[in-house]
Amino acid sequence: MDQEIIFYTMLGMAVVTYIPRLLPIMFLASRSLPNYLIRWLSYVPISVLSAMLLPELLIKQDAVDFSLSNIFLLTAVPTLLVGWLTKSLYLTVLTGMFIIAAYRYFY
Amino acid sequence: MPALKTTKLSLISKAMIYTMPIYLGYVPIGFAYGVLALKTGLSPVNTILMSIIVFAGSAQFVAVGLFALGLTPVSVIMTTFIVNLRHLLMSASLSVFFKNWNNIQKALFSFHLTDETFVLHSVKFPKRNYSKTEIFTTNISTQISWIFGTVLGVLASELITDIKPFALDYALATMFMGLLIIQLKNYIQLFVAIISGTLAVWFLLAGLDKWNVILAIIISATIGVLVEEWIKK
Repeated sequence: MDQEIIFYTMLGMAVVTYIPRLLPIMFLASRSLPNYLIRWLSYVPISVLSAMLLPELLIKQDAVDFSLSNIFLLTAVPTLLVGWLTKSLYLTVLTGMFIIAAYRYFY
Repeated sequence: MPALKTTKLSLISKAMIYTMPIYLGYVPIGFAYGVLALKTGLSPVNTILMSIIVFAGSAQFVAVGLFALGLTPVSVIMTTFIVNLRHLLMSASLSVFFKNWNNIQKALFSFHLTDETFVLHSVKFPKRNYSKTEIFTTNISTQISWIFGTVLGVLASELITDIKPFALDYALATMFMGLLIIQLKNYIQLFVAIISGTLAVWFLLAGLDKWNVILAIIISATIGVLVEEWIKK
């Protein structure tokens, strides 16, 4: 593998990664956006969260796994419950990680 | 002024504490990337450099895979662009909070916009007193954890064992759950979340693995606005 070619490819990757991150913050911040666009964008955070979370919980070895052996999905129930009851990020994270760690330790 | 210094330090440590789940996710994933990149044939310098100048988890994995297949630089760069295009929407969604920022600060902030920092920022920005100290602490420290994981992976690539101790591979999922619960304010949002997650899973299984997140966001956010309109009538 030619390391020099990889290096130049990486420079290109850096540019095309940075541009979408930069442009909206740079040029939309001082503009007043149309109302419908603001409302549309207000759904982006929740969509991103869910779009990243659900595959993580549901997909095991390229298939949806709803069985009781899917420990990630099972642990999500008490984790979400703690989150809902406490509204605390720390407690939610600690609950989920503690259950998984304990499960792996004992089984 | 010692008092000022203390406040700044306490803000930095506060930010590092709530950013912790991201470190717990990034170090092992960065580690895995480091191992994989070296096994694929990237030099240690290039492997670490990619974590410094690109700083985009999924795209770095995809790129390593494409290098292994011997794809041309242009197709690697194009694929990276597609994989990271979702950040355009995240950047647009945060842009409303940057009215009083100067261009250099905006440019510095944008470089560290990842899925995970975006999610954290979008919860924190609407709150008052979200200081730039906290914001940049989160941004810079997450990349340090990513680079740290990469370096560990490079160093350990000779002697890999199974890397699933404790629950590190569940850290990011738990953070997403916590942030999801905090963000949910009404039934339309819940509906949008369910649609988005389901679509992301479905697109992924359908083989659209590079497009699944961005497609899910576009469709579900549009549905959210449509439902809003429909309810108003």
